[in-house]
Amino acid sequence: MLTDLTIHELGARFRQNDATPTEAAREYLDRIAALDPKVKAYLTVTAEAALARAAEADARFKTGAPLGPLDGVPLGLKDVLCTRGVRTTAGSKILEGFVPPYDATVVARLARAGAVILGKLNMDEFAMGSSTENSGYFATRNPWDLSRVPGGSSGGSAAAVAADLAAATLGTDTGGSIRQPAAFCGTVGLKPTYGRVSRYGLIAFASSLDQIGPFAKDVEDAALMLQAIAGHDPMDSTSAAVPVPDYAAGLGQGVEGLKVGIPAEYFIEGLDPEVETAVRAAIEILKGLGAKTESVSLPHTEYGLAAYYVIGPAEASSNLARYDGVKYGLRVPGARDLIDMYSRTRGAGFGAEVKRRVMLGTYALSAGYYDAYYGKAQKVRTLVQRDFQKAFERVDVIVAPTTPSAAFRTGEKEDPLSMYLNDVFTIPVNLAGLPGVSVPAGFTKGGLPVGLQVIGKAFDEAAVLRTAKAYEGATEWHKKKPELGA
Amino acid sequence: MSGEYEVVIGLEVHAQLLTRTKMFCGCPTAFGAPPNTQTCPVCQGMPGSLPVINRRAVEFGIKTALAIGCTVNADNRFARKHYYYPDMPKNYQISQYEEPLAVHGHLDVEVGGAARRIGIERLHLEEDVGKLIHEGNLETAQSSQVDFNRAGLPLMEIVSKPDMRATEEAGAYLRALRAIVVYLGVCDGNMEEGSLRCDANISLRKRGAAELGTKVEIKNMNSFRNVQHALEHEIKRQARALDAGERIVQETRLWDPDKGHTVSMRSKEFAHDYRYFPEPDLPPLDVEARWVEAVRATLPELPAARRARFMEIHALNAYDADLLTGSRVLADYFEAAVAQCGKPKAAANWIINELLRELPGDDERAVAACPVPPGNLASLITLIEDGTISGKIAKDVFEKMYRSGEDARSIVSREGLTQVADVSALGSVVDQVLTEHAKVVQDYKAGKKAALGFLVGQVMKLTAGKASPGVVNSLLVEKLSKL
Repeated sequence: MLTDLTIHELGARFRQNDATPTEAAREYLDRIAALDPKVKAYLTVTAEAALARAAEADARFKTGAPLGPLDGVPLGLKDVLCTRGVRTTAGSKILEGFVPPYDATVVARLARAGAVILGKLNMDEFAMGSSTENSGYFATRNPWDLSRVPGGSSGGSAAAVAADLAAATLGTDTGGSIRQPAAFCGTVGLKPTYGRVSRYGLIAFASSLDQIGPFAKDVEDAALMLQAIAGHDPMDSTSAAVPVPDYAAGLGQGVEGLKVGIPAEYFIEGLDPEVETAVRAAIEILKGLGAKTESVSLPHTEYGLAAYYVIGPAEASSNLARYDGVKYGLRVPGARDLIDMYSRTRGAGFGAEVKRRVMLGTYALSAGYYDAYYGKAQKVRTLVQRDFQKAFERVDVIVAPTTPSAAFRTGEKEDPLSMYLNDVFTIPVNLAGLPGVSVPAGFTKGGLPVGLQVIGKAFDEAAVLRTAKAYEGATEWHKKKPELGA
Repeated sequence: MSGEYEVVIGLEVHAQLLTRTKMFCGCPTAFGAPPNTQTCPVCQGMPGSLPVINRRAVEFGIKTALAIGCTVNADNRFARKHYYYPDMPKNYQISQYEEPLAVHGHLDVEVGGAARRIGIERLHLEEDVGKLIHEGNLETAQSSQVDFNRAGLPLMEIVSKPDMRATEEAGAYLRALRAIVVYLGVCDGNMEEGSLRCDANISLRKRGAAELGTKVEIKNMNSFRNVQHALEHEIKRQARALDAGERIVQETRLWDPDKGHTVSMRSKEFAHDYRYFPEPDLPPLDVEARWVEAVRATLPELPAARRARFMEIHALNAYDADLLTGSRVLADYFEAAVAQCGKPKAAANWIINELLRELPGDDERAVAACPVPPGNLASLITLIEDGTISGKIAKDVFEKMYRSGEDARSIVSREGLTQVADVSALGSVVDQVLTEHAKVVQDYKAGKKAALGFLVGQVMKLTAGKASPGVVNSLLVEKLSKL
């Protein structure tokens, strides 16, 4: 089955004329039709467009002129990325029926690389959530246990890769929204350095934290995906003009002599013992591969969550102000006047979690409270950044658990705070703007995947990927597939 | 009465910058295009769109800052200013708040012969909003449409200190500021079309009082005259209220030019909480000293300096120099004409008395569209100076030049308007007049010198005004002495 294959395996088959992009696209579309009713990863499937793009790729392979490693590869996109002519909802009812007249920069870059887009993937509304239960449309299920959540907010993107409903996908990570679902679904999930990938066309949640990154079946695929989307974009002033190395080329260098930091603050009470056991075992494997481990301290970790839940909502309250019923998306009819139109539209269009965060953020920015909340949170953010800077004076990468526990049951976490605590190990990395990857690091006794997080210096995705690749090479976790029937 | 009060005025001026593209996207800025044809995802506030700073707008801001003596901040940031209104695509405006482009400048103005220095608090950049088009008026409209062509146009806001003490000072400050932005070529200065907008903060206090009174903000004054009228009206309103022992309410009032009064728009209690915070989509803007110096090197001669030069080099009086330097294109016109005819006083008179009477205004557009180029005005002046045509004829020639766009020489030669200064050509006419008016000649001979004027008039009549009066005069005197 072509759907079992990684991007690099599939590409090899295309080049050897063992398979065509159209065959791959058809297999994926058939599998989506058969299995997605169970997993519910896709919000929109663009079968016709996918087959048209696949046919173009067929022709390129036939003439011996493929565009590169992603040519003809079937991919999925989190529905927060704008796609020209294809409905883009950000998982929200307020954008139901919104069809962007433009592609996000990453979407355009994937198109230029010849990728075939299968469709748009479910997510927590406006990327606010850790379970994809906050989608305005439906909840996505974890392919390893359909009664559990896939994580979030990029739950659709993670579940699609885990269930072989796409060769790879793009998600976004504001506080862990790539790494946490990757851990829950047993896939590789990479959050690049803030500024590494253009945010143009990414529907903003928290502008200073959002970053786009790939979900993939293995580390090499993640590297290929990052290669295609990374680099400065004149349309995004926060994208960095830092040269992009050849990620795939550096992957095989191993970890011999690499200095790996273990942060004490990430092995705390509340960390599931099964997760801790898996992560400690992973550290031993890295040691066995020649890495030098040492403990590092990130003393402000415990304040990260609080700072994040001020900065994130503050920016969100501003970014989401534009959804007012005037220009696009939902407008609830029957309004008496302008304010009534705003209230009705936003009242009906936004879900509870989005409203909660808009209110939190509006409060944090209001006159008289700004310094106490937003100002203070920014100071904490600086302290968290300094923690990492200090640690990275001594080590090359830091490894830690991605999440405190494996995937929880749908409906289990009704209290927003207990949901927020799920991101405690991923949020500091966003506050510091650093790259981080989650790689499969084993399973709980109940058969749920556990993720190992590797965090790197700013713009040093290469070290993160190289470490993850070395670990992956010494383990078989990534090869295991969930039982979904079909 | 109002004599007991001192007036305190501060002005906030918004100038639309003459860049080709908008403040944060590549859309064109041209005025008058069909609704929503000059828009893109960025200026329509579409999801996922991001702003990119227009460097030219920053350059225009720096240029203006230098011209009004401001310090340009090396680190400056954009900030989001939040309020909900349908003309604002994102429901926040990208502006500058705590770290504006430039601060602490001043503008020297002259009011009633006395020099006044008006302090300038800050200069910052921001984006304009769109335009609402209501079906009928706002209260009764069943629907309203939004045109985002204007949304995202670059604006520069210049905030003065509360240093003005009379409406005349506010007028002089506004005129001086307008002249500067027009001179710099950063704004067309057109108040009626809204490319230059002015809001005023105004308060009254007892003369000698140290503390400022409660201020009222006046908006919607879209001409120099409106600013003057609105301020005068507001001073009277506040004085009456204070006289009656009432408290002034801190509020925003709108000037209604048709009714000639201000109406309350919102009081302080309902003032917006703008929830400013640094724009996370734009990194801090680093304005290097090198950039500032490069812009400084491009600064043209400013109105005040040019006015002084015109008075010194061209010996113009203060009034003429003021008028001619009020607009850069007009001053350029004057200098171009002087360069060709070498007669500054005559050129000034012709421009002020004749040209400005015909032109619809003294702005760039009006002067650029002037059918009489400065070279043509210069040759007209030369024709007068060398005696080819009379001053009286010249006025007719000028009118024809203005109507047809033709140059002076071809009009004069085609219509035969040259003064007849040829003694031999005039001799026979003079002889004829002397013969026909023998009685007058006798009177003259008898000592009635005023009779000469009559005789000159008769010669002019017979030559249809083309004779040179000077030549006729001396010819007559000569011939009469021989009789």
